[in-house]
Amino acid sequence: MSSVRVLVGTRKGAFVLTSDAKRDRWDISGPHFAGWEIYHLKGSPADPNRLYASQSSGWFGQVIQRSNDGGKTWAPVGNAFAYDGVPGTHQWYDGTQHPWEFKRVWHLEPSLTDPDTVYAGAEDAALFRSSDGGQTWQELPGLRGAKGHLWQPGAGGMCLHTIILDPSNPDRMFIAISAAGAFRTDDGGQTWRPVNRGLKSEYELPDPPAEVGHCVHSLAMHRSRPGVLFMQKHWDVMRSDDAGELWHEVSGNLPSDFGFPIAVHAHEPDTIYVIPIKSDSEHYPPDGKLRVYRSRTGGNEWEALTNGLPQSDCYVNVLRNAMAVDSLDSCGVYFGTTGGQVYASADSGDTWAPIVRDLPAVLSVEVQTLP
Amino acid sequence: MIRVVLPHHLRTLARVGKEVELQVEGPTTLGSVLDALEAQYPMLRGTIRDHVTQQRRPFIRFFACGQDWSHQPPDASLPDAVVTGAEVFRIVGAMAGG
Repeated sequence: MSSVRVLVGTRKGAFVLTSDAKRDRWDISGPHFAGWEIYHLKGSPADPNRLYASQSSGWFGQVIQRSNDGGKTWAPVGNAFAYDGVPGTHQWYDGTQHPWEFKRVWHLEPSLTDPDTVYAGAEDAALFRSSDGGQTWQELPGLRGAKGHLWQPGAGGMCLHTIILDPSNPDRMFIAISAAGAFRTDDGGQTWRPVNRGLKSEYELPDPPAEVGHCVHSLAMHRSRPGVLFMQKHWDVMRSDDAGELWHEVSGNLPSDFGFPIAVHAHEPDTIYVIPIKSDSEHYPPDGKLRVYRSRTGGNEWEALTNGLPQSDCYVNVLRNAMAVDSLDSCGVYFGTTGGQVYASADSGDTWAPIVRDLPAVLSVEVQTLP
Repeated sequence: MIRVVLPHHLRTLARVGKEVELQVEGPTTLGSVLDALEAQYPMLRGTIRDHVTQQRRPFIRFFACGQDWSHQPPDASLPDAVVTGAEVFRIVGAMAGG
């Protein structure tokens, strides 16, 4: 019988939540790496028992952990993330140039085909790759060549937080950086270019349609239709039908188009999910109501999903890597909050229930569907 | 034999108890003790000193014999009491609120 494994990264450790396909009774394992910030953990599509976790601390820096048994046991692997050559500089808050400094890994994206190959998205923004199971890491420096001197940190740091591998083309990848924008490679990571045309950041940038500088919060793609991308930008929910060449807004009737995560249904490429947040000044749901919004039309027309979610006095946030879907026949949708709740829906978002209510603030949620 | 006391989170990372014992070849300096520690426990590389610069991470402190050694250069010789193992060399996570 199929089962589901939900990998939850929090401010104070990692948790692994498992259930059978009914998704109504859950086993909770953790905290793993108790007391450390776990920005992200993710399993290999090629070997679901191979997991990678980004463990970090303001005191002790970055550690990468690897599990070969589905999260039962872990061992530290390589944590040397050295920028290629002389790292150079990027824009700083005061308008001066500031040297690149490694701070942490925000996102780990295992290869679709090789469990030993994994990509790491870093702050300060850069992309690293390991092809030996995380023992050693090499930067793909061409990314910083894509106008890196003009990138600048957002309030959360200059982080590379999203990595999407194109299942139809092993040479194509998309990444997103706050606050630089979305970027694409078509040659396996050697060279990159910004793919931000159509984005307008009227409140954040002096030149609203600038080529780089946009605060992209997350990207999502359905594997059956890799040319179609969805984006939750700082403000605005966007869509591209040509692999990022041009974006158009699909915020439609959302109560707020500010937010962090965006996700696509496992079986319906035009069904997408966002969680509106009131504003960039007030990081909580509008009106104190925690509502997931679903569009079955690829954007523009949105419906509120509220059944089982708190509809009063709710002031949590949902961070950019904290929503994911499973691929069971009835698609499951999951998200975690800064209040420590992990909510699950086993029916594409129609009804929700908390798996856990009192974890540390949730930084990331990933889901594995196991045979 | 040099006795080193690690902070809680580095003990769990290295899977050791409160105190570890190290054999240091040559002069017993701040740098040679950290080199020996990282050689014996490679998972601690980068958690005490920066991988590239080898500088002490900002919120790490080194204490020995009631003195703060955090700002000493890597070639600073440690006290005889640490060299003989009579006193421990402490690696400490700095205090922080919250």
